[in-house]
Amino acid sequence: MTDPAHIRNFAIIAHIDHGKSTLADRMIQHCGGLADREMREQVLDSMDIERERGITVKAQTVRLAYTARDGRRYQLNLMDTPGHVDFTYEVSRSLAACEGSVLLVDSSQGVEAQTLANVYQALDADHEIVIALNKTDLPAAEPARVARQIEDVIGLDPSGALLVSGKTGDGVVELLETIVEKLPPPEGDRDAPLKALLVDSWYDPYLGVVILVRVNDGSLVKGQRVRMMAARTEHTVEQVGVFTPKRADAGRLGAGEVGFITAGIKEVADTLIGDTITDAKRPTPRPLPGFEPSKPVVFSGLFPADTADYGRLRESLARLHLNDAGFAFEPETSAALGFGFRCGFLGLLHLEIVQERLEREFNLELVTTAPSVVYDVHLTDGGTLQLHNPADLPDPVRIDRIKEPWIGATIMAPDEYLGGVLKLCEDRRGQQTDLTYSGRRAVVAYRLPLNEVVFDFHDRLKSVSRGYASFDYRIDGYLEGDLVKMSILVNGEPVDALSIVVHRSNAESRGRTMCEKLKELIPRQLFKVPIQAVIGGKVIARETIPALRKDVLSKCYGGDVTRKRKLLEKQKAGKKRMRRFGRVEIPQEAFIEVLRADARHV
Amino acid sequence: MPVSAAEPGSGRRKGPAAATDPGFAVYVHWPFCASKCPYCDFNSHVRDAIDQERWRRALVADLENALDAAPVGIVRPVASVFFGGGTPSLMAPETVDGVLGALARRGLVDGDAEVTLEANPSSAEAGRFADYRAAGVNRLSIGVQALDDEALRVLGRAHGVAEAVDAVSAAREAFDRVSFDLIYARAGQTPRSWRDELERALAPCPTHVSLYQLTIERGTRFHAAHARGELALPGEDDAAAMYEETAARCRAAGLEAYEVSNFAAPGEECRHNLVYWRSGDWLGVGPGAHGRLGQGEGRTATRRWRSPEKWLEAVEKAGSGLEARETLDVPTRAAEALMMGLRLVEGVSAERFERMAGRTLEEYVGTERLRRLVRGGFLETSRTGARTTLRGRMVLNAVLGELLSRES
Ligand SMILES: Nc1nc2c(ncn2[C@@H]2O[C@H](COP(=O)(O)OP(=O)(O)OP(=O)(O)O)[C@@H](O)[C@H]2O)c(=O)[nH]1
Ligand SMILES: C[S@@+](CC[C@H](N)C(=O)[O-])C[C@H]1O[C@@H](n2cnc3c(N)ncnc32)[C@H](O)[C@@H]1O
Ligand code: SF4
Ligand SMILES: [Mg+2]
Repeated sequence: MTDPAHIRNFAIIAHIDHGKSTLADRMIQHCGGLADREMREQVLDSMDIERERGITVKAQTVRLAYTARDGRRYQLNLMDTPGHVDFTYEVSRSLAACEGSVLLVDSSQGVEAQTLANVYQALDADHEIVIALNKTDLPAAEPARVARQIEDVIGLDPSGALLVSGKTGDGVVELLETIVEKLPPPEGDRDAPLKALLVDSWYDPYLGVVILVRVNDGSLVKGQRVRMMAARTEHTVEQVGVFTPKRADAGRLGAGEVGFITAGIKEVADTLIGDTITDAKRPTPRPLPGFEPSKPVVFSGLFPADTADYGRLRESLARLHLNDAGFAFEPETSAALGFGFRCGFLGLLHLEIVQERLEREFNLELVTTAPSVVYDVHLTDGGTLQLHNPADLPDPVRIDRIKEPWIGATIMAPDEYLGGVLKLCEDRRGQQTDLTYSGRRAVVAYRLPLNEVVFDFHDRLKSVSRGYASFDYRIDGYLEGDLVKMSILVNGEPVDALSIVVHRSNAESRGRTMCEKLKELIPRQLFKVPIQAVIGGKVIARETIPALRKDVLSKCYGGDVTRKRKLLEKQKAGKKRMRRFGRVEIPQEAFIEVLRADARHV
Repeated sequence: MPVSAAEPGSGRRKGPAAATDPGFAVYVHWPFCASKCPYCDFNSHVRDAIDQERWRRALVADLENALDAAPVGIVRPVASVFFGGGTPSLMAPETVDGVLGALARRGLVDGDAEVTLEANPSSAEAGRFADYRAAGVNRLSIGVQALDDEALRVLGRAHGVAEAVDAVSAAREAFDRVSFDLIYARAGQTPRSWRDELERALAPCPTHVSLYQLTIERGTRFHAAHARGELALPGEDDAAAMYEETAARCRAAGLEAYEVSNFAAPGEECRHNLVYWRSGDWLGVGPGAHGRLGQGEGRTATRRWRSPEKWLEAVEKAGSGLEARETLDVPTRAAEALMMGLRLVEGVSAERFERMAGRTLEEYVGTERLRRLVRGGFLETSRTGARTTLRGRMVLNAVLGELLSRES
């Protein structure tokens, strides 16, 4: 056990890609956590999906031993956090386990939307903040400008900001020194009853459920009987350890320390993030405040492309859920797509990641339906309904009113793109609440219905700003809206998986876009196929896919028979990727692509 | 069988077309060309020097072997022999003579047999026409491809329009039966420019033409260019318009469509290709040649080594270029009978389909599915068989997709 005075617990926070994980690499290397040959880039990003996409999805904690210039040895518990807005809850619980943050800003890019959001979170958590301007090795680095921006936009004093490069390692020792000097040591009473925060938990095939803890008071040892205060369960601690980043036995974790325990727990669902762990025989009188559980905000239907895979999909979802409590799933039946699941996600990136993991790690082919938000439907009989699936919207006569979730969004963009950004927000029913400048960069705040953002807002924002805008949001209450269900009829038959809930003012243009989009997405068939968008029995838009006119192999002689027959068989196999509705075949991508507006329709 | 106005002439063409025996044919593949065209995915190769004598011996050996290996009852006097390529007009006339001689020795070619050779229209090759005639060739099929010098350049052809026109005239002097090929729906071509080109092609009153829509085949240079977006091909609607125009112009010139891409004056149809489309029996010899032998149960497919060197080695070592032989099952026979037969304006006969599939078409495909295609105007059925309408033929892939997708 280390004297709390020689412990520093800190999180590295930043906008996406500003270099948190790379900086963590240099710190690990400097402190000798890994030998050079064990090192690889962003070593803490251990999931396949993280390595492939170069992003952090899951926060990671590492204990480092740092010998400072004053000759003392310090225990540093570093938490590398994700930058993407979907994983904000990972940041917030990491922050709750530390006393300070290293705010990293890419000095070639400057302050971005998640820089702001994360700083505010850190300030809310009462953190001391050390500012580091990263990527100073880049020729485009402008540390002076970025320092001014930090002052202008965030209101932090940049005078002590350090210049670092996670790539070259420049400034990393200075940064470690500053962390030791400026960040406060943890407080805590080693003799008081055990009080530890359950920071995170995950499933490990060898160890079972692993729990990341931050000990506030008392200590945790192997064999100790502990109680989870909110879950009201008791367990015996089997292992106590830390990640350096390799897993190592610690024997004991004392006040102020961060580490992991295992306690013979089988399922992640049996642990509550934010719970207080205490000694079963000598419990603490006052548990920690805990966290708001992360709630899925985006729902989408996942269906097996091959209906025979339903059982496998169910098992795979359950397996993934073991390690990702952030998503929810429940069975869903669609007339169009058969049996599947309605799944809830923290955002679109999260949706994409789960979908990709299912397809890759579990070898499933999926049909995904357009994402939707959760509506509060108030019925005329006084009841309310939480609607996860537009297809389930009751008959309009039974509906009194519908409320939809709104968000508070912050967008930062160079001022030459501001016009496009504002237009995009206005088209999405946004209400501007603030607009300020820092140099030539605008910071706009908008209130927007989540429904308008959930699908392609991010793509559109990127395209109107040529990738220079950044975006952050938080959920900000429910408001009544004039919302209606729009159904899509293909060849006269409603396709439930294509239903959406839409604001009446946008319905017509959305209906038109969807019909046009479907016309592009559905290949021509032997017969012409009408496509209609319908609200309450009234057709608001229509398109017709003309019948196929020419589709024949121009040459087929004796030598070609085998090859051409195989071509036909391939074409037939390709049809497995299509869903048949009556006489019409719809490609599976259509269910999600139909809502992806292209550049023509903002 | 009902005959609609859109169905040119098929009702008239009874005679050989309606015969139950689709015939026996021999295909001989010559795998060499002077240069490789960028759109072509045939088994064709460019080689510095070809030992004609050695190839003659090998082709004859492969043929003899194929004849000996054929199941009893298959080998009978041929309806047709076809020298295809590659560029068979690069064969020494002695080589052609050797192959035909081998068949003649067995009494398999008589005066009625159609003997076709594919020729490229370069003047050097035109010089050999008379010798081919002497060797027994009685029909020439010439790869004209386009009547536009710029288009020929883009197609990578070694000849110009004038040379091609001369080759056709020379061929008509040497042979009674001459056909030529054109490729349309090329990059930049419009329905209008194709119509003009076709008019010029039909002016000298040919009795048979093959008019192919350009297909972008995998593994060709055109495929790569197409993938990069460098080939602006006409869209589906333009291609359809060109096809309709093609049929109309040909008919005006006395040539009726008898297959998707083939047009002939009455009685001038290519008998060789009819053997394929009617699911007859044929031997395929030479590199990469495919054969089909037997009607119904026990029908086998043969395939010869595709690489010229590999094939040559196999023939010289083992006496045969055969790479594999396989017995075809019911779904394969049924699929082939439909995909070949429905290309023909005359359609697929009920009797032949049953022979191949062991069931009637209606039983095989399902009454409802069949009826839908008939009601949609894609197919016509009768007691004697089924055939595509013009409209059905234009979307044959989709029609076959319906006929052959047996679930749902
Ligand atoms: N030139 C230069 N590139 C850097 C530096 N630090 C990080 N990078 C690069 O920036 C990209 C993002 O780095 P990461 O360390 O993954 O960033 P992150 O902040 O952890 O990203 P998220 O976890 O997705 O939010 C990578 O391509 C790094 O190689 C630096 O100091 N200089
Ligand atoms: C075996 S090939 C070639 C015959 C001869 N070597 C020639 O090129 O003249 C027969 C015919 O198929 C046609 N053909 C070849 N490749 C084609 C393609 N990609 N698309 C359309 N027709 C093609 C050409 O018209 C060609 O004449
Ligand atoms: S089109 Fe004819 S000449 Fe050209 S490569 Fe193919 S076979 Fe040879
Ligand atoms: Mg990272």
